[in-house]
Amino acid sequence: MVVSAEQSRGRLKVFIGMAAGVGKTYRMLLEGHAEQEAGRDVVIGLLETHGRDETARVAEGLPIIPRRRVKYRETVVEEMDLPAILRRAPELCLIDELAHTNVPGIEHAKRYEDIEAVLAAGIDVLSTLNVQHLESLNDHITELSGIRVRETIPDAILGRADEVVLIDLTPEALLDRLRAGKVYPPERIDAALNNFFKIENLSALREVALRQVAEEVGAKRLTTELVGSREESLAADAPHAVGERLLALVEPYPGAQRLVRRAWRSAQRLGAGLDLLWVRAPGKKLAEDEQRSLAALRQLASVLGARMIEEESDDLTGAVVDVASRRGSTYILIGGSRPARGLARLRTPLPQRLMQRLPGVDVRIVADRSQRSSDSSVEGP
Amino acid sequence: MNVGVIIAVACAGALFGIAAGYWLPPHGRRPARDRLPGGRRILLPFTGEEISRRSFEAAVRLAKAEDAIIMPAFLARVPMNLPLETALPVQCARGMPLLEAIEQRASSQGVPVDSRVGRGRSARDALRKLLEQEHFDRIIVSADEDPRSGLSYDDLRWMLDRVPAEILILRPAPEDNRRISIEAVKGHF
Repeated sequence: MVVSAEQSRGRLKVFIGMAAGVGKTYRMLLEGHAEQEAGRDVVIGLLETHGRDETARVAEGLPIIPRRRVKYRETVVEEMDLPAILRRAPELCLIDELAHTNVPGIEHAKRYEDIEAVLAAGIDVLSTLNVQHLESLNDHITELSGIRVRETIPDAILGRADEVVLIDLTPEALLDRLRAGKVYPPERIDAALNNFFKIENLSALREVALRQVAEEVGAKRLTTELVGSREESLAADAPHAVGERLLALVEPYPGAQRLVRRAWRSAQRLGAGLDLLWVRAPGKKLAEDEQRSLAALRQLASVLGARMIEEESDDLTGAVVDVASRRGSTYILIGGSRPARGLARLRTPLPQRLMQRLPGVDVRIVADRSQRSSDSSVEGP
Repeated sequence: MNVGVIIAVACAGALFGIAAGYWLPPHGRRPARDRLPGGRRILLPFTGEEISRRSFEAAVRLAKAEDAIIMPAFLARVPMNLPLETALPVQCARGMPLLEAIEQRASSQGVPVDSRVGRGRSARDALRKLLEQEHFDRIIVSADEDPRSGLSYDDLRWMLDRVPAEILILRPAPEDNRRISIEAVKGHF
């Protein structure tokens, strides 16, 4: 019997929470014990207790693979020992803090890449993650909490997890734990209360975490339905549906802002990233009103958290295909086309050309709603 | 000259013209309907989820009379502890639908619209930055001092003192409760 790579790959289970201190690591360790008692070979690959006694106590009895010491810029840093884990080859490995960035010079830049290697070796993994580390939520959470989180992971990593478990706690209960010294040592409590751990921050983060897990559950359910009802090959494609990316084609004229706003709303609903692309004709000089429109587009992109890409090319289709492939775009949004003149009427329209050259990418033409009949006009109070 | 040669040259010229329409890249051939009049620019700033309908109607009347462009501008506030270039998706979730609603409503009345987004430490700071970047001939605001409209009496005084544009401040009126909100967006936005 042939065993496929997918069958021999380990399973990933992620414990996600709104902030530090909700009990993700604690719960991961409890599950590790339960698996050990069930007869499985369980090890701790990496544990961050953050000085919490109750976390350290619950880790007792589980074998720990010692960290390795890595020298970086005259200092010695302790990191997870990936080669040792792979040599030890347990059935289940507990690896804390999925979003951690490794010190330069070891196998991978990010811990989630280490975890990929562990899973590829057929080892199951339990890991932990705070919701603010998800790339697509980073801007949203920065605005809500006022704090920019530097260590992020692509959403697709969470999308590929076999199980996602939300560790939930009310903001009030978390603040009680913080004040009781169960989250940080006494000298850090005041700073935490004055910065990140505010009730409004925690409430907003909790809402984001609940929403995120609900979306993951929805995506998994859809994937399961697809696999159950259609060809097995769909199983490999389905997880990719989680990592959407939109590309909106813009030009420096006022109507482009409408297209960008619509693209951004769609990106928000899909939890996707948004890129804006302007393909500029080589040597083209912009008129004054076009320069103003371009500056306004750049400002809009920046406020929305979209990336503005400017390419110089005579081949519009080629440039779009190139950028879409490079950025991993799954949707392309374009405005209504201008009426063709002369022999251009015989030319294949841009949407068709894009669909031919980008199979698997949706192409959407954004309508001008102001052209619709005013009968349906709804007015605010 | 032989008539046949003239006809051949004319045909070749015509064919060349048609072919150029096919081969030349589409850049820079924007039809007239996409271009804005080069006339006056009327700024309509707001910060919340709705604006006074009187302000909007005043902007439309003036734009029609002066062949001007309405420039609705959403003013977003960046908290002090974040860099000024921070993305603001939460505020944009309120501001973008209203920009859409204003643009749809103005366009349906035949008035050209060119939207803007300003960003600053306060509504006034965002407005100041916007005014530094671009020239506006008129600014229309309502003096109802509704926090949803965003600009206080102090801000209005600052505008009158410092802004090199005509400022049209609409005095409070009973019909100020008539507002244009994000509910006015047509279709699924």
